[in-house]
Amino acid sequence: MALTLALRDVTVRRRKKRILGPISLDLASMGTTIVLGPNGAGKTTLLKVMHGVERLSDGKVTWSIPEDAARQQQAYVFQNPIMLRRTVFQNLAFPLELIRTPKAQIADRVAHWAARIKLDDALDQSALRLSGGEKQKLALARALIKEPAVLFLDEPCANLDGRATREIEALLQDTHKQGTRIIMTTHDLGQARRLATDVLFLLNGTLHDGGQAQGFFENPQTPEARAFLKGDIVE
Amino acid sequence: MTDIWAGLQAAFWLIVTLDADLAEITLRSLHVSLSALVIASVFALPFGTWLAVQRFRYRRGVISIMNALMGLPPVVVGLIVYLLLSRSGPFGVFGLLFTPTAMIIAQVIIIAPLIASITHQAMRELWAEYHDLLISMNTTKRQRIATLIWDGRRTLLTAALAGFGRAIGEVGAIMIVGGNIDHATRVLTTAIALETGKGDFALALGLGFVLIALALLVNFATHTLSRTEREGRW
Ligand SMILES: Nc1ncnc2c1ncn2[C@@H]1O[C@H](COP(=O)(O)OP(=O)(O)OP(=O)(O)O)[C@@H](O)[C@H]1O
Ligand SMILES: [Mg+2]
Repeated sequence: MALTLALRDVTVRRRKKRILGPISLDLASMGTTIVLGPNGAGKTTLLKVMHGVERLSDGKVTWSIPEDAARQQQAYVFQNPIMLRRTVFQNLAFPLELIRTPKAQIADRVAHWAARIKLDDALDQSALRLSGGEKQKLALARALIKEPAVLFLDEPCANLDGRATREIEALLQDTHKQGTRIIMTTHDLGQARRLATDVLFLLNGTLHDGGQAQGFFENPQTPEARAFLKGDIVE
Repeated sequence: MTDIWAGLQAAFWLIVTLDADLAEITLRSLHVSLSALVIASVFALPFGTWLAVQRFRYRRGVISIMNALMGLPPVVVGLIVYLLLSRSGPFGVFGLLFTPTAMIIAQVIIIAPLIASITHQAMRELWAEYHDLLISMNTTKRQRIATLIWDGRRTLLTAALAGFGRAIGEVGAIMIVGGNIDHATRVLTTAIALETGKGDFALALGLGFVLIALALLVNFATHTLSRTEREGRW
């Protein structure tokens, strides 16, 4: 069954301030959605709302399958990677252990993913001692190891150099091809163009513009989106 | 001055010859305090962790009570346990007063809040760090607590060591409920108090050295633990 997501009048208020919404939108079952917008626009909040870890003040988020099943099939990579105080191996194994995967299978999958992010030499090292970029790659691999149907990424390449960024993008393109639904934020417009099938452009907590990637990048409907794409400051 | 010097020499001699009295008292001290430590830890470690993770109505109240219990003067704990266990008290029928068991009970009451409080503090930090990740991974409450306990194991051990340090050096409560009976309830601290009173500085000092050595050992272990934590080993 196709996994789709619908948001209806979703609003998040914190300390009497509206930080998101009201937003209504539908996400199709396929593709890579890129969430764009200036700092503080509400991108992280929107991702967390979709993932179901942000308390709503109003509105509704519904998946096309029961909530429990939907939760099982999602993975989320946080803007600041959260490392367990364990080794690289144990960090990768963790999501699989939670669902009681047999040990031999865990070892196989961990070896596979460690090689993909080029951390196979660091398996026994504490994850806390990795560099910032390595932590981000580890967090991504840890999200992918469960082969989620939906993957949320909050600026997965924020601290990576050009080469690591390309590695991650290649990984994400593979993931996309395998049918994983990707929803991701980025400040790198080049990356957005390379990966997006559709775009959500947020401004001041509301959905200001967006649509199919090609249309949005070539012909944005609002002056704010146009300015944002040109690299101007948008308020 | 000569008293002290002679005392030190005799104390040293008692230790190197493994004096029977000294050994017996030391072993009893370890037995009482380690038992108290194990029992208190079984309750306090999971409780402190649970308190860090669970939100409920009277959480703040429970934390205040825990902190207040931590500040209870040991003598008062001794007095209360005495009243509870004395022949006319509610648990008098068990005949526990003036036994090592009574001393263990008193020490459990003294150190459990301390261990729980340190645990709670440390686990709250760890939980703040892990919260988003564990929620996002759709973990059950059980899995969350297990993860916190495992990844916080060094801190938990530190909390337990602090509890042991407090128990082994405690004198007021066990004096009251144990009675400092020779060959029955005499432990390091109560023996030191007694021997000092009698003017037998040799034994008092010998016992004092043992106590200091134990305290140093606890300190050393705590220190080593925090080092392995920093270096990410174990
Ligand atoms: N718990 C909270 N309490 C109060 N304000 C909050 C809270 N969480 C987020 N905000 C505010 O909501 C706004 C949107 O935050 P959000 O993190 O979603 O922005 P963002 O688009 O992800 O920004 P960035 O590009 O910097 O990551 C910000 O102004 C932020 O200060
Ligand atoms: Mg953000």
